[in-house]
Amino acid sequence: MVENDPTLQLDIAELMVQALNLDTTATDIDPDAPLYGDGLGLDSIDILEVALVISKRYGLQLKADSEDNHRIFSSLHNLTDYVATHKTK
Amino acid sequence: MPTLPLLTHISLDKIVAWQKGAPISVEKFLADAAHLAVLLPSGKHILNICRDRYHFAVGLAAAIISNKVSLLPPTHTPEMVQQLQAFSAEVFCLHDNDDCTIALPKLRYPAMPEHAASNMAIPQIDAQQLVAIVFPSGSTGTPIPHAKKWGSLVRNVQAQDARLGLSENIGLSENKSYSIVGTVPPQHMYGFESTILLPLQSGNALSSTQPFYPADICSALQETPAPRILVSTPLHLRLLLDAELEVPELVLALSATAPLSNSLAHKAEASLKAPLLEIYGSTETGQIATRRTTQGEAWQLFPDVRLTQMIEHICAVGGHLESPVPLSDIIESTSAEHFLLHGRTQDLINIAGKRSSLANLNHHLNAIDGVIDGAFFMPDEASHDHVTRLSACVVAPSLTASNLLAALRTRIDPVFLPRPLLFVEALPRNSTGKLPREALKKLIANHVNPQHKTTEQSTTQPAQKMQNKRL
Repeated sequence: MVENDPTLQLDIAELMVQALNLDTTATDIDPDAPLYGDGLGLDSIDILEVALVISKRYGLQLKADSEDNHRIFSSLHNLTDYVATHKTK
Repeated sequence: MPTLPLLTHISLDKIVAWQKGAPISVEKFLADAAHLAVLLPSGKHILNICRDRYHFAVGLAAAIISNKVSLLPPTHTPEMVQQLQAFSAEVFCLHDNDDCTIALPKLRYPAMPEHAASNMAIPQIDAQQLVAIVFPSGSTGTPIPHAKKWGSLVRNVQAQDARLGLSENIGLSENKSYSIVGTVPPQHMYGFESTILLPLQSGNALSSTQPFYPADICSALQETPAPRILVSTPLHLRLLLDAELEVPELVLALSATAPLSNSLAHKAEASLKAPLLEIYGSTETGQIATRRTTQGEAWQLFPDVRLTQMIEHICAVGGHLESPVPLSDIIESTSAEHFLLHGRTQDLINIAGKRSSLANLNHHLNAIDGVIDGAFFMPDEASHDHVTRLSACVVAPSLTASNLLAALRTRIDPVFLPRPLLFVEALPRNSTGKLPREALKKLIANHVNPQHKTTEQSTTQPAQKMQNKRL
């Protein structure tokens, strides 16, 4: 697995904690645990909220059909990878 | 015996759906439904979970022409699927997803044969035929079946059509029809009526898509020809506007599932340059009223529907309703055909269109092995356009947060999972065993308020930590 930018990963974790008012801190999120379901316990409404703050912050648009959406949100690590390759700001 | 057509398009070459930018004619739709009908298992009840809205519509049509009944439960958790099986031993599942995990006999939506033109007739359906059973969640964990007959469903969307003026095709040139794009699933009453039955019964076309992200909504609209109608929710509308994307031109937007705030309604109309109508209804009643939120708070009932006080409930009567149906919201009638909505009765929960009740959720929580006592709590809503989550307090010394959440996840829809879940030594029940809302509210506030968090080393802290540590 490729190491990703720890600053970017922490920034994204912060965005998630803030947007969803999570009962945890950014540094406590295991980068390899699933975000959906049994891991962080997010559901599809959360994913929509997170997608919005990420698209605004990094200037990218998530689409459910074009990319492997499930993989992007499978972990903080994968989400960070995706943002790193697709961000425009 | 009175009958009503499966769809009201005036000829077989009219367009009934758009799939990936391509039109689907009434003739192709009927051929697909007839093809699927032959493949359906013998069971009377079908759980149609197709994600592609066109597949769902074909599944519904195939079921109707084979005299089968579509089941529309509020959720597809393993527990609910078991309950459906208890309701009907021969229920089967129609799906179009490679990873379908529903524990029922399954039929995958088939590859359809290339259609050779044939002279098919639009089927006439007995108005008394039972077409669907919806399951509002009851208070004991067992869903209560609510039957929907074809005549009543059709009459309901005819009233909607009249209210929206779609059949009249106002302002449409000949041979044009409206394209209806929905962000809501067809498996719940609002999506079932407004994205499936409405296009079928108003001679218009549905979009096969079920867009998720704002960018998906824009491309779904883009690949469907104008004039377009968007069937959505306050949540999707807020996110769509916040994303600041270029939204293709609309002639109308609909919203339901939760009340829309006045400010979001104004913002949406200004940005989408189209009127935004809210629809009011419930699983039991179907839709019964609309309002143009930017023009006033009052809801206008459908032409033949009226409200009446019956003993302790306000009931909807007339129109498509065969008998009076009690409403579970707090309602103030302002004239024969107008009313104001003052929120829901406290026990009912509606999160992003998924409905349940505190009694039902508490039943599931307390049925888990190791839970001695537990209660859900619905915080006061901060904003209509943001999704408010439930909290829960539980006495369960032998369980960890992750065990408990995993057990809950098999029983209730994920939108109802508590956030936070607090482990306590006892619930503040009064001497008669009742749990006053205020007492529960105070208990939760004491535990989630950061000021208290830093100073108070209460019994809930380790549990909360445990919940965090399962990440």
